[in-house]
Amino acid sequence: MRDFLAGTILPAFDNSRLRKLMDASHLPGGIAFTTDSYVVDPIVFPGGDIGRLAVNGTVNDLVVSGAVPRFLSLGLIIEEGLDWDVLKRILVSIKKAAKAAGVQIVTGDTKVVNQGQGDKIYINTAGIGKVIARPRPARIRPGDKIIVTGTLGEHSLAILTARGDFGLEAKTKSDCAPLTFLLPFWKKGVLWMRDITRGGLATILSELAAESRYPLLIEEAQFPLSRSVRAAADLLGIDPLYLACEGRAVLVVPGNKAGDILQKIKKNPLGRRAAVIGVAEKKIGRPGELILRTSAGGLRLLEPLTSELLPRIC
Amino acid sequence: MSRQDRFRDKKVIRALLRKIAEKKKSLPSPCRIMEVCGTHTMTIHRFGLHPMLADIGVDMVSGPGCPVCITPGEVHEAAIRLVTEKKNLVLATFGDMTRVPTRLGSLQKTTPARGSIIKIIYSPEESLEFARRSRETEVVFFGVGFETTIPSIAVMARSAAGEKLGNYSILSALWLIPPPLRAILTSGEVRISGFLYPGHVSAIIGEKPYEFIAREFGYPGVIAGFEPADILLGILSILDQLAEGKPAVANEYARVVRREGNPVALTLMKKMFEPKDACWRGLGVIPRSGLKLRAEYGAYDAERKYGLRVESSGADLPGCRCGEILRGVLPPPKCPLFGKTCTPESPQGPCMVSFEGACLVHFKYRGIRN
Repeated sequence: MRDFLAGTILPAFDNSRLRKLMDASHLPGGIAFTTDSYVVDPIVFPGGDIGRLAVNGTVNDLVVSGAVPRFLSLGLIIEEGLDWDVLKRILVSIKKAAKAAGVQIVTGDTKVVNQGQGDKIYINTAGIGKVIARPRPARIRPGDKIIVTGTLGEHSLAILTARGDFGLEAKTKSDCAPLTFLLPFWKKGVLWMRDITRGGLATILSELAAESRYPLLIEEAQFPLSRSVRAAADLLGIDPLYLACEGRAVLVVPGNKAGDILQKIKKNPLGRRAAVIGVAEKKIGRPGELILRTSAGGLRLLEPLTSELLPRIC
Repeated sequence: MSRQDRFRDKKVIRALLRKIAEKKKSLPSPCRIMEVCGTHTMTIHRFGLHPMLADIGVDMVSGPGCPVCITPGEVHEAAIRLVTEKKNLVLATFGDMTRVPTRLGSLQKTTPARGSIIKIIYSPEESLEFARRSRETEVVFFGVGFETTIPSIAVMARSAAGEKLGNYSILSALWLIPPPLRAILTSGEVRISGFLYPGHVSAIIGEKPYEFIAREFGYPGVIAGFEPADILLGILSILDQLAEGKPAVANEYARVVRREGNPVALTLMKKMFEPKDACWRGLGVIPRSGLKLRAEYGAYDAERKYGLRVESSGADLPGCRCGEILRGVLPPPKCPLFGKTCTPESPQGPCMVSFEGACLVHFKYRGIRN
């Protein structure tokens, strides 16, 4: 996906802001701006629906870019014949999610397409936020710690089971949630933050490692995993490292502040299972590498996700 | 800590590695162990055991343990011909099978004949269920597997026959594990110190079918499970056998594998299938190494039903060296195509397609030394 963006989309509009491929662009006047489209299938799933996802996804892109989310636009593309009650449910979800994240929906658009020309409903949201910090990945030094804010992969598993693929039945709910509770940590020295969406932790950290001056090492034994994700991973051979979340983030923080930041994240219900899972290295590996120490103690390199694990996950 | 966690625990693994290193010192020559099962290959690489074992002088070599990989190109081509030439047919198969490149391209890139489709399934049962629901459509299950999967495919054939599902048939590529091991040993092409026998296959066939390897060829072997500690316990057992000069078939997976295997599954296999000489990718024709439906179930054998001709050579596509990889002669990273023109996105051979294929496993899980 990143290759496609860099090779095909970027050259068409190339400019210094877009080139950074950040979750949100920082604009003059301390404004952060982002957009995202949501095509998840099914539109209603355990733990959320496309409406909740469309608000939180965009809100989270602003949070991890160092901005306080303020305003959203809402674009609805509705397939003719969508169940009225489902639409109403989605609108209520959007309202609730916006309230929870402290954002206002200030502009919007609705289009209806003929049956078969869309799939029930697609949503686009754009978001504007107030910049409070600038991510500084170049400042990452050996000994800095990598923290994840909660269990991995529940959103992917919830979608998978809701689709009935594999004949799986699991009670997993999507982790879809706003990450606004992480905003205060920008002031406490966080160097870098990303929400763990498409491609999962391994893809997102691979991208960070590629830009870093030091290799990153993560420890399998430290990953917070729910029982159902663990079981599904063993049963189906899916790697939770490549599963998407919609309400979890990964942070890099200075080594000497990691303990304090972790304790404070854990106090929030959404960060209850946060954990230090890795470190910027000096002795093991080479710059650019993301290394996994497996639960058995072996070391191997991690690569970004190459083939699509699950289409239409968000 | 759950039992599974203990089988993966760093401390347990470190202790076992120490024991292996200790034992290895008493043995003169380098130690090369062939893991016969693709799932073993996965565990060894996914948990980063490969470089840790190499550090203490134990080299792991992947064998012919991936059914998608050892199925020769001609069988895949027969499936492609069937679905492109025959109208209104459903070819049901596992996802991996649709991506194997052949001289005719891959199933995935094929345009089926009018009204025909390729349906990706997760279990054989889905293909049968589909045939039950749409009686007017011809459903062909393209099934591939070792002794682990064969019983479930046998159940499909039995059910189809019992229910007289005239629209259902099986294009099968069913493989037996012991014969290629004999072929590998007879050829003498690859130096091995012992075998890690597949746990799941052994759960069906038991210990006996491997005994000839110790008796006739003098090689140690062990049936092992799939957790990191299982594999290391297996390796330790092989080193013990080497040290004592007493090759045998040890069973370190007794929590699943019984000496006699699974008699119910074996009886069913025997009832539905008969052995045939089969052609393996890279290994050529091996006597009595495959299975076909018995004549009385011929109506459910897609090869007979549609008069498919499958004349296999076992050869690879030009440039591809999967055959050598499956014989354990060539380590995947040594293949000139590996990671260059052959990647998971554009595989040039089946070993880069299957999630148990040695090339894909090596590509995905690149171990590094500490």
